[in-house]
Amino acid sequence: MLRPILQRLGSAAVTLFLGSALLFLVLEVLPGDPAAVMLGLEARPDTLAAVRAELGLDQPALLRYLAWVGGMIQGDFGLSYTYRVPVADLIAERLSLTVPLALLAILISTALALPLGTLAAAKHGKAADAGVMLFAQLGVAVPNFWIGLLLILLFSLTWPLFPVGSFPGWGDGLLPGLRALFLPAVALALPQAAILARVTRAAVLEVMGEDYIRTARAKGLSNRRILIRHALRAALLPVITILGLQFSFLVAGAILVENIFALPGLGRLLYQAMNQRDVIVVKDVAMLLAAFVILVNLLVDLAYLWLDPRLRRGA
Amino acid sequence: MRYTYFIRTVSVLATLLISPAVLAQAGGPGTLTLAMPIEPPNLDPTSAAAAAIREVTYRNIYEGLTRIDRTGAVQPALAESWTLAADGLTYIFKLRPNVLFHNGSPLTSADVKFSLDRARAPDSTNAQKPLFEPIAEVSTPDPLTAVITLKRPTGLFLWNLGWGDAVIMSERNIATNKTNPIGTGAFKFASWTRGDRIVLEKNPAFRDAATVKLTKVTFRFISDAQAQVSALKAGEVDAMPNLGAPELFEAFQKDARFKTVAGNTEGEVVAGFNNARKPFDDVRVRRALTQAVDRKALIDAAYNGSGQPIGSHFSPSQPGYVDLTGVLPYDPKAAKAGLAAAGYPNGFTATLRMPQMTYARRAAEVLAAMFQDVGVTLKLEPIEFPGQWLDQVFKRTDYDMTIVAHTEPLDLGIYARDSYYFNYQSTELKTLMADVAATSDTSQRLALLGQAQRRLAEDAPALFLFLLPKLGVWNAKLTGLWENQPIPANDVVDVAWQ
Amino acid sequence: MRRHLSLWIGLALAGSTMLLALLSRLWLPADPLRMRIPQRLQPPFGSAGSLGTDAMGRDLAAQLMVGAWNSLSVALAAVAVGLTLGVALGLLAALKRGWVEALVLRLSDLLFAFPAILSAIVLAALIGGGAGTAVLAIGLFNVPVFARVTRAASLAVLTQDYIRAARLSGKGRFRLAWDHVLPMIAGGLIVQATIQLALAILTEAGLSFLGVGIAPPNPSWGRMLADAQTYLTRAPYLAVLPGTAIALSVLGFNLLGDGLRDWLDPKAGPR
Repeated sequence: MLRPILQRLGSAAVTLFLGSALLFLVLEVLPGDPAAVMLGLEARPDTLAAVRAELGLDQPALLRYLAWVGGMIQGDFGLSYTYRVPVADLIAERLSLTVPLALLAILISTALALPLGTLAAAKHGKAADAGVMLFAQLGVAVPNFWIGLLLILLFSLTWPLFPVGSFPGWGDGLLPGLRALFLPAVALALPQAAILARVTRAAVLEVMGEDYIRTARAKGLSNRRILIRHALRAALLPVITILGLQFSFLVAGAILVENIFALPGLGRLLYQAMNQRDVIVVKDVAMLLAAFVILVNLLVDLAYLWLDPRLRRGA
Repeated sequence: MRYTYFIRTVSVLATLLISPAVLAQAGGPGTLTLAMPIEPPNLDPTSAAAAAIREVTYRNIYEGLTRIDRTGAVQPALAESWTLAADGLTYIFKLRPNVLFHNGSPLTSADVKFSLDRARAPDSTNAQKPLFEPIAEVSTPDPLTAVITLKRPTGLFLWNLGWGDAVIMSERNIATNKTNPIGTGAFKFASWTRGDRIVLEKNPAFRDAATVKLTKVTFRFISDAQAQVSALKAGEVDAMPNLGAPELFEAFQKDARFKTVAGNTEGEVVAGFNNARKPFDDVRVRRALTQAVDRKALIDAAYNGSGQPIGSHFSPSQPGYVDLTGVLPYDPKAAKAGLAAAGYPNGFTATLRMPQMTYARRAAEVLAAMFQDVGVTLKLEPIEFPGQWLDQVFKRTDYDMTIVAHTEPLDLGIYARDSYYFNYQSTELKTLMADVAATSDTSQRLALLGQAQRRLAEDAPALFLFLLPKLGVWNAKLTGLWENQPIPANDVVDVAWQ
Repeated sequence: MRRHLSLWIGLALAGSTMLLALLSRLWLPADPLRMRIPQRLQPPFGSAGSLGTDAMGRDLAAQLMVGAWNSLSVALAAVAVGLTLGVALGLLAALKRGWVEALVLRLSDLLFAFPAILSAIVLAALIGGGAGTAVLAIGLFNVPVFARVTRAASLAVLTQDYIRAARLSGKGRFRLAWDHVLPMIAGGLIVQATIQLALAILTEAGLSFLGVGIAPPNPSWGRMLADAQTYLTRAPYLAVLPGTAIALSVLGFNLLGDGLRDWLDPKAGPR
């Protein structure tokens, strides 16, 4: 049991290391002088020198890299070049939005996809199946930023059920925050739900053909009970895998959706920092988002170990 | 049967999440949430040019000796009265007693001397340094009296002291005012969530605290025009002093929950040439390109037809305005001939650094299309306003062309400065502007201003496009917001809910 | 016919997108950049009989056609980048095993952790947006996808008896890959490439929507959508047309990919 876990932890650590090295290389070493990127090409030499000293750019790249990684591990992300405040503070403010947004989106997509996929499998070849498959195809084809716009038009402007362009935070309790995040979470969740529904349907269909299901049916268990007890449980494994694989799309989607809904999350911070050429914030936020993806995939791997006894023996 | 439970749960959840469709105050009673398209880079209006700084801090946080009110008139502020000596050179300002900075220290004439001396010092980074140039000396006979001696009579001096760049600060707070502004105004700084909002709270120690109705003011920064509208309609924002996309204004005009005001600004939308760079150093090229622009069509496409065409750098709402849109009228054939005469029969390629504001992006696209008709290829390069723009275009003049609204009032003097981002040099204009400053006779001054406008129209150091309107939208129950914008400001001291 | 329904629908949708894109190089109903400002905001099928004009008075049909070309060129280039690098890495991993394989797998994990929009923003902070940035960002994200598919498929092929025989006969590893492995896995790669093409079109639209994709004034579907936002109530067709174009072409390439899979491997069944 321990060996495969350690193996996966090791892989994730190596990936994280490679990721930080890549980002550092692209943003700080390849352009030659990050101060020149931030200040523009014709910056005055004295300004450049001052910024270089402030950012510690006169140090060799390897030392700077180690200082960056070491700082991040201790929660010190450096100073934002634009705002002159610690990047860690900027990030902390936004995590309280982006993490709940992502979780809500995952919740909505699974809550939609599991019943729809199971339904499609149960009614295999019938109209309901075709309907779910159509939803699945359209769901991945329609851009989520377009869905976001339509949701705003329908449920904020025409029929003002949900706020838009504001996040009250969690200070006033759970509901105001959830209300503000609901529409963006739906926009994020729909494409995910489409993919998950397809996977659920395929997995359930596969399980339904297996012997033990036939036995259960022969024993007189009702169709619905078989579906929920056996088939859905077996489908959980592929669904979790896909959830993990899709997490990077969730991160990408959050960048778009936060911008459409004017939500102060990590994605909007990254986008603003890009426009301001605040290389420090871009580097930190990009690393954080990539680390999220890597960690979620690690968690999925570990969950897989837990759920699939064949793998537990270290095969 | 199970499904009914499911449906019941869902409907309970739905009612919990859904609230009735009433346009409430965004932040509760006594609070105001106001949205702006651009976030200020810092909160010190005496050290940087961005209008957004003034749009948060003017009168709300910082005050000057005088202030400019909603009609553009000069009012007493920190100075309760003043006298001008017969020589026309010595102003004696009586300061209001018992004025406290937000950190509790009292305002004295020493702060006035410090602030004005700092603004006119050789190493000053004040964006309007020339406003302070006429000052010869500031002296402080007693803590509540400041005496300003001028080098020469300056007609607009009291008005100049009302600018956001002339506010009075305490020396102790200079280092931190950018992030934690300490002024004397009715509101004090509470918090700044970068990229999202700045919150001000009512200053209980303010001298007229009883007349200030708001307890909390939130400035939200929403750059996307559609998001601005959504936030207004959803009641998340109470007021949008200047709507980003004019085509959205009509929808609010029909909505009784909102008050809509199409007011004036002093914002001339100007596409600046880098007059030091080829081929824009040639006046024939600049004049030809002016003739390539159909201002009426540009306003239609870029600002949905609202906005007044201008032929020079002067607002039609100011006295002394001369309509010069006919000096270089739209005439693509003449433009082509002019370019050929300047040695560019096949046109040329240039880059326009385009800020992200909706009006700027659209006007830039229209300009590119109109230039194409006369053989000039304009490449559009996005640039972030204000940070990147101030740094690269304004400070370092690393650009061919750019486009931006100049929101300061009566600011055609910028073309007479030795170094300004247009890199335009004209001794004639410099003489004219010096004469304007030294002339106290109004009709004579206005005549000189007219000559200066004409000089600019003919020299075309920039493309003078149109005057930016102020399309204000706010909750119909709000009173006291400015309808026009004589200077860059969102003065909310007199704002109240009905 | 019924059996290959998704193949045919996909072929029709993806085919018409490609035809429109190609046609735009030969013929356009109007100059897509030409602004006829007095004729701005004309609805589709109005007096002119075309698809109408945008807020600047530019012809929408022409913009959509050039947008198809721009969108497809970015998507194709990006998938080509991902395919070339990914297949090379995947084959290398399958043939060499050991630490090479481990490195390729970590590299895949790594690139996979940077969704295209994230890398596009990182690149745009350095070199600005544009078609090149979009191709690079989407292409990099495609590398791990193809590397994983190639590795898995090649490992399966390499266990077959005839490969062992070929290996025993003294064929070099790369000769082996070229002669025997690639032809066997080509079908699967084509299917994957078609699906990735759909995803690339979608991502490019997102990048252009954010303003880091195809640079203005060059038309792109994503930016047409972004520009349409403020006209939603007044001219909804401005959002409907490019949105539909994106959705139909993505749907087309997805269905085409699914259909190809069924056609190449009928036993696998619809998934």
